[in-house]
Amino acid sequence: MHISPETRTSLLFQLSEILQPEQLLSNKEELRPYECDGLSAYKTLPIAVALPDTIQQIQQIMEICCRNNTPVVARGAGTGLSGGAQPHEGGIILGLARFNKILAIDPDNLTARVQPGVRNLAITEAVRQHKLYYAPDPSSQIACSIGGNVAENSGGVHCLKYGLTVHNILALKIVTVEGDLLTIGSNALDNTGYDLLGLFTGSEGMLGIIVEVVVKLTPDAEDTHLLMAAFNDIEQAGNAVASIIANGIIPAGLEMMDKLAISAAEDFAHAGYPRDAEAILLCELDGSTIDVSEQTQKTKKILTEQGASFIKEAPDKTQQAKLWAGRKAAFPAVGRISPDYYCMDGTIPRKHIAKVLKHITKLSTEFDLRVANVFHAGDGNLHPLILYDANKEGELEKAEQFGAEILRLCVKLGGSITGEHGVGNEKIELMCEQFNTEELTIFHAIKAAFDPNGILNPGKAVPSLHRCAELGHMHVHNGELPHPDIPRF
Amino acid sequence: MNNVRTQLQQRVKTAIAEKTPLRICAGNSKECYGNKIKTNHDIDIKPYSGIIHYEPTELCITVRAGTRLAELEAELSKHQQILPFEPPSFTQNATIGGTVATGLSGPRRPYSGAVRDAILGVTIIDGQGEIVRFGGQVMKNVAGYDVSRLMTGAQGTLGILLDISLRLIPKPEHNITYQLPHSQQEALEYFTNTRHSNLPITASCHHKLQTYIRLSGSEKQLDELVKTYDIQTMEDGDDFWRDIRDQQHDFFQRNDKPLWRISCAPAAPLTQQVDIRTLLEWNGAIRWITSNMPANIIQNIAQKANGEAILFRGHVAGINTFKKPEPTLFRLHQRLKRQLDPKGIFNPNRLYEGL
Repeated sequence: MHISPETRTSLLFQLSEILQPEQLLSNKEELRPYECDGLSAYKTLPIAVALPDTIQQIQQIMEICCRNNTPVVARGAGTGLSGGAQPHEGGIILGLARFNKILAIDPDNLTARVQPGVRNLAITEAVRQHKLYYAPDPSSQIACSIGGNVAENSGGVHCLKYGLTVHNILALKIVTVEGDLLTIGSNALDNTGYDLLGLFTGSEGMLGIIVEVVVKLTPDAEDTHLLMAAFNDIEQAGNAVASIIANGIIPAGLEMMDKLAISAAEDFAHAGYPRDAEAILLCELDGSTIDVSEQTQKTKKILTEQGASFIKEAPDKTQQAKLWAGRKAAFPAVGRISPDYYCMDGTIPRKHIAKVLKHITKLSTEFDLRVANVFHAGDGNLHPLILYDANKEGELEKAEQFGAEILRLCVKLGGSITGEHGVGNEKIELMCEQFNTEELTIFHAIKAAFDPNGILNPGKAVPSLHRCAELGHMHVHNGELPHPDIPRF
Repeated sequence: MNNVRTQLQQRVKTAIAEKTPLRICAGNSKECYGNKIKTNHDIDIKPYSGIIHYEPTELCITVRAGTRLAELEAELSKHQQILPFEPPSFTQNATIGGTVATGLSGPRRPYSGAVRDAILGVTIIDGQGEIVRFGGQVMKNVAGYDVSRLMTGAQGTLGILLDISLRLIPKPEHNITYQLPHSQQEALEYFTNTRHSNLPITASCHHKLQTYIRLSGSEKQLDELVKTYDIQTMEDGDDFWRDIRDQQHDFFQRNDKPLWRISCAPAAPLTQQVDIRTLLEWNGAIRWITSNMPANIIQNIAQKANGEAILFRGHVAGINTFKKPEPTLFRLHQRLKRQLDPKGIFNPNRLYEGL
């Protein structure tokens, strides 16, 4: 998209009338930090970055951009993994980092009203004194913002029991593309009218700008227990997952790692994982003390029946932190054993875990690329890490084809191409595999109701009907993530 | 069933071509919940029934919209599972399609989520007469807009539900119910305190100076609680909650005054009005009121509690079931409706007049 110098100057002039000089960035050096999000393979410089600090300024920015037909890409902390916040070369980045205040905490109603730029973990830190926490815990929670969490419908390791972002927010204040401010949802437990709250959650900045969020808080569990079980056969581990659920147990977290991931994580974090195991399961149980003790007994019995060769228990916080450390360091650990890796985010019904893992192993031989499997087994969310070397000719393309094959299989088995990272730029071509023309038409109709001229985050999340442009994936070179300090799991 | 499906699709295509609005119906148990639809053309979803796919280890079931709730729940019970939102069956004919379309949840809602929280995927007939599918059978799925939730509670105004996938939870081994003598104020305070506890509460209610609480869990767990807190359990607890859920309880039997449902923040202060009969549910987040008070007073009570009032049953001149949202929000509703149902054939006016 070519922007004439006149258009650019005119836009900057209009924005400068409502923003302070330090709130409007437009030279290349200033724009550079905003050229990509957590998916660093894709970089674009926007015309400008606007950093408003009042809702009124956001409304004015939207009025200006609407009038000028200027693309607007909202950005929280920029930690997203699918290129959802990648700038548009003909548009502006609307940075919400300055909206970083917790506005109210209501312990009686178990809610907090926060601005979109507040970090996920900061909410939990602020309400800890009331023995409460904010449940969704994406791995980047020390850095990612709640506004971004809503835009992506972020998950984490505790979704199976506590739900995704969509289950943990009550209301949003949004600014529409025309600059109108409105509230959707309420502090009540249900609302009449269309579920716009649900529609907005996970909409990847395509429908409006989130300017305030009311989150639901969860009381601290009285007790938490962690079990690690080792298996000599990956199929047994997969069956154990299904069996735990079938026996009426809903663990707070249920994670699985395969041999390559175990070995990489163990080298890196020394968590005490058995290197000779084909797979391990980490099973976290929480609730009241009686409840946890009962669930632990039941779970241990199931794990043994399903063939676990070894079970380790971590009843206290220190031991639990040690066991979790390996799992949480799995991504950087894999980064150390391969020059590059490519992270997938497909979901499948739990029963297919063993089948999919076997198929991945088969593909691994076919493509001659190693794979480390790390995933949220409880909710069937896979994160296969395909190891490759970008310096070897053709290997990158091979890794991409391999990844696409895995996601195609996920769709075929009734799952999805993305469980928690979002479509963004990264998986836009695979949307055509999951949805047919009629279904994509519905998505475009929804978009048109909110944003008739398509200026909000154009080109992301939903592919146009006439072409599913070939775009890229999350590539990590030499273990260098865009935010190496943030854990990824 | 493919036959029935094709017939339904054909009906919709004809309706689109002829621009004849359709009234979507099945069990008719919630017919009064919403405005009257002015049309002579009913489309009956009842024949489209049955379980399509159920694998207990997946905690997921896919059913046809015309399936009766009673039939669905009986099947789940065989595998020790339940619907997390414990939906009301106002009559034996209530269907899962109607439940999802109206978005009505029952006593369990504050503890294990609403209909919209349990919805995983839907197949619908859209405003072009096409059969389209969104979501699926997995809990984590962030590809595309959340059309499944958009359909939930839309009162059938955006499309016809065909297949519905829902998340399930294990059925608790045991339930016990206890009563406490409380004023309404004391009940609200008790609800607030228990919200912070790890007590396995799965239902709560206050009526006529009594608080009712249901606990669910294993026998051992409940026995221990009974001992610790010296709980006197109610003998017919299960019947009590069924009556509350299905509105068979005495409170709901009087038809001489309109029945209002106020949905608000659970700890919102009580109104001081004395001439109203009330029943609290959902930790105080639902306040049922039967009263002849003017609608604007009831709506003010709701608004002060940061909530909204629904005229659930009965007639009040000039008042619809649901209060129209403020103009900007209503405009968004209209734009969505126009985009997804351009010929205006699905349940026109049922949710709001002009939609």
